[in-house]
Amino acid sequence: MMASEGGEDHRLPRIASAIRVIPDFPKPGIMFQDITTLLLDPKAFRDTIDMFVERYRDQEITIIAGVEARGFIFGPPIALAIGAKFVPMRKPKKLPGEVISEEYSLEYGTDRMEMHVGAVQPGDRALVIDDLIATGGTLSAAIRLLERVGAEVVECACVIELPELKGRERLGGTPLFVLVKAA
Amino acid sequence: MACGKDGEQDPRIGGIAASIRVVPDFPKKGIMFQDITTLLLDPKAFKNTVDLFVERYIGKDVSVVAGIEARGFIFGPPIALAIGAKFVPLRKPRKLPGEVISEKYVLEYGTDCLEMHVGAVQSGDRALVVDDLIATGGTLCAAMNLLERAGAEVIECACVIELPELKGREKLNGKPLYVLVESR
Repeated sequence: MMASEGGEDHRLPRIASAIRVIPDFPKPGIMFQDITTLLLDPKAFRDTIDMFVERYRDQEITIIAGVEARGFIFGPPIALAIGAKFVPMRKPKKLPGEVISEEYSLEYGTDRMEMHVGAVQPGDRALVIDDLIATGGTLSAAIRLLERVGAEVVECACVIELPELKGRERLGGTPLFVLVKAA
Repeated sequence: MACGKDGEQDPRIGGIAASIRVVPDFPKKGIMFQDITTLLLDPKAFKNTVDLFVERYIGKDVSVVAGIEARGFIFGPPIALAIGAKFVPLRKPRKLPGEVISEKYVLEYGTDCLEMHVGAVQSGDRALVVDDLIATGGTLCAAMNLLERAGAEVIECACVIELPELKGREKLNGKPLYVLVESR
């Protein structure tokens, strides 16, 4: 069952209930948190974006970094509303031109995340956006990429957190803000 | 170099076109890749891009914006949010959880497949398909087929960039295509 973050904004129950749980995806035992149903509810999707925008609009954020692919859905509307640049963080070989790359661990093996050289400068204040934080591996790779080029990562922001996987502790001290916690 | 589409160009088109970076020989030799990431680094150009689409579609009873993975996920949602439509992601195989319908399409070498959730779209839905660019039109065509199979009416395809020499426009089964910038 979905629980919302404390300090219950009145918009949270609709957002939480718009998320669909799919058992045994991508493999048996995993309860997959599917945000596509939230995207089919224009009010819930609007409210989701508004809650992030309200939090960050006066924080002088210059960069929204969105993690491929579901971070591409939530990041750009936030960037547009607060006037920040949107920087896609991508799987290998998707970004054309010069990139920097960071390896991160998967359950079995590793993957790599890439960012364009020149997208971000020292002194940029960045948020990292994804739909969900599980183990925190992907988000911490994104944080490392941004910090390597001299940006300050102000916060990570996700719609959903899976607290049992303790991803929050793996962000190297970067704060995490989420709307919904899922057991 | 990219140029605006219509004879009478909206004054915002120039800045949008100029913000798109061309990367030669990507993903392979001979291809001049139209890179929209530099547009996304220009908040004014990005906002103008979205606004041009929103102005065209607001008040036209569009109930679905379908975006093609992955760069259609960047442009589609802001349009959907502004016009009050549902956003439906069209994805590569095995990314969407739960029940999907799937449509194959032809690549230069081999085939690929696009998937959509069962139940995302109903008969009576009026849909746009959004992607960053139309090249041969194969992907957009597969996207339209998915939506029509589910009973939706595809009103128009909308892309930031068209590569007119590849004649993708002709592959859309007569459906209209709206683009901001043509690149030759």
